[in-house]
Amino acid sequence: MTVETKRLYDKDYIEQFSQERYEPEWMKSLRLHALEQVDVLELPTPDKTNIGKWNFSRFKHTAQGETISSLEALPEKLKDFIDLENIPENVLIQRNQSVAYSTLSKELKDKGVIFTDIFTALREHEDLVKRYYMKDAVSVDEHRLTALHAALMNGGIFVYVPKNVQIEEPLQTIYWQEDPEVALFNHVLVVAEESSSLTYVENYISHNDEQETVANVITEVIAQNNAYISFGAVDNFAAGTTTYMNRRGVAYRDATIDWAFGQMNDGNTVFENETHLIGDNSSTHPKTVSVGRGRQIENFTARTVHHGKDTESFILQHGVMRDKATAIFNAIGKIENAATRSNAEQESRVLMLSDKARGDANPILLIDENDVTAGHAASVGRIDPLQLYYLMSRGITREEAENLIIFGFLEPVVDQLPIPSVQKQLRQVIERKVN
Amino acid sequence: MSGSVLEIKNLHVSVEDKEILNGVNLTIKGGEFHAIMGPNGTGKSTLASAIMGHPHYEITEGSVLLDGEDVLQMDVDERARAGLFLAMQYPSEISGVTTSDFLRTAINARRGEGNEISLMKFIKEMDSVLDELDVDKNMAQRYLNEGFSGGEKKRNEIVQLMLLKPAIAILDEVDSGLDIDALKVVSKGVNKMRSDDFGCLMITHYQRLLNYITPDYVHVMMQGRIVKSGGPELAERLEAEGYEWIKEELGIEDETVGQKA
Repeated sequence: MTVETKRLYDKDYIEQFSQERYEPEWMKSLRLHALEQVDVLELPTPDKTNIGKWNFSRFKHTAQGETISSLEALPEKLKDFIDLENIPENVLIQRNQSVAYSTLSKELKDKGVIFTDIFTALREHEDLVKRYYMKDAVSVDEHRLTALHAALMNGGIFVYVPKNVQIEEPLQTIYWQEDPEVALFNHVLVVAEESSSLTYVENYISHNDEQETVANVITEVIAQNNAYISFGAVDNFAAGTTTYMNRRGVAYRDATIDWAFGQMNDGNTVFENETHLIGDNSSTHPKTVSVGRGRQIENFTARTVHHGKDTESFILQHGVMRDKATAIFNAIGKIENAATRSNAEQESRVLMLSDKARGDANPILLIDENDVTAGHAASVGRIDPLQLYYLMSRGITREEAENLIIFGFLEPVVDQLPIPSVQKQLRQVIERKVN
Repeated sequence: MSGSVLEIKNLHVSVEDKEILNGVNLTIKGGEFHAIMGPNGTGKSTLASAIMGHPHYEITEGSVLLDGEDVLQMDVDERARAGLFLAMQYPSEISGVTTSDFLRTAINARRGEGNEISLMKFIKEMDSVLDELDVDKNMAQRYLNEGFSGGEKKRNEIVQLMLLKPAIAILDEVDSGLDIDALKVVSKGVNKMRSDDFGCLMITHYQRLLNYITPDYVHVMMQGRIVKSGGPELAERLEAEGYEWIKEELGIEDETVGQKA
């Protein structure tokens, strides 16, 4: 794989790519350094899933996308993702690697909020991006995929909320891989300064059921002291896309990061979500729902790492597997030494709808401190025949009763997504995937 | 139009190869209220579950007909749509499904496609039933039976009964675990259903319920079959004298299932 990637995307290619985008020198150096690492580093080894033969190298690296003049002129394939009756004020749509549409309310602009694509941010807010880009959350040299990401990063966004600024209206992004072969090396960087708050929601969309490509996405979310970040995401990559999705947060004193994820990809997926609770009294609540179908293989890891005292985390993962789909749900709560009075809770549940579906929930608690509380719950099972009997005894057909149970199983997480239109759209996707 | 007829003929039911019911015969017509009484372990709840189609029970002999149609050939949902209803002793908890969504889905399942109840009408009907049964309206937005107290679950069963308006209802120990105020409220709801189009079979081992819902017929179950039938006076005598006299009269030593007279 490395040979192939290197042949296509070598030092010269990356230098030129960086130059064409007027990137600062440090960014170009970071890319070139990362490219060297690609050869040296191994693939990551997610627990219980072998990704050695997955496609991380066959893709096209660049593609442009046409602009979208207004949300009224939204292409059909995106219509479900935006609430057109209640037009959102702050939206960015990335079409392939071009910004197709972008708005930010004047009020937020005046307050110093930054909500712009990563390349513009590199030019206009270079110092801020440089301060955070692959520094405190994800490192370039963790494994081959982080290095490959850093070398080939080709899209993404920078969100910055200054100190004491509270954003009520959500910020919403849509990343649309319109070209069926283009890869997405997207980098999302969200920074909330002290005592600020924001809600950010993103959607990934592609329609390449046949053509193969790759999504290698890294998201870094930084919550400074006393900041609050509500981060929602629905991933809808089509069957042809192999996905490596890494979303990582760092929370300082009194900060909270709440995550809500709808994992609705149809292709093979490794999803890692990790939150470092650095500051005392920081907390995180990562919630994930997923529906697996076809022959896809997925590996989900939610990890919380407690460094500060009085930190709290609650991981909730619910997955429904049908057909021949396989999914591993790892939930890891780690409490470091001296993180006294911390609390790490987790719950992972998998519901299997067919005999050939496979699911596994691995609850893991790693605790290096005595004065803490922790708890876990995990289950893998099928639809309870007594629940079905109860619903059917009221005249509800078996099919509809199963749907109620499946939706109910996923609802506690869907309900947590911060934007109603995104909730609604996720319910539609679930319905499509379940039936 | 007069009500439906549920005929139970020579019904034999087993659980895991153990015979629980051995030859139950009973006919319930629209307009009639029947009570089945009996000590614990005599097969009363098995009868209710077997008629509804509970997956753990196997019918080994006999028949159940609703207006001449073979109930035992129907799936559970078809039995419900044909007009049967069972208020369960232990209703399931369904996480993530609000009580109100469930009720609306159940009502629409009966009404059929293209004839769905409007949201306004549904809310109106549901609110009026909740008021009648003195149930906190919050219940509608809570997940179905999840975290409900025993009394709330029982009331929820009666909420469903009143909204779904079945032809024949079976109430399986709907009185157990209810305090006297709750029992009065539940009874009021059931009594309101009384009409020529509604037949009811109450299963209980306390005569107390029958003080509030007067039965037309009372049956005593022992050893997995009905051993004695009579009018409301039978329930009163059971209340006053207990079950011993029946056992003596019939020569029964152990009234539980699996015993032979």
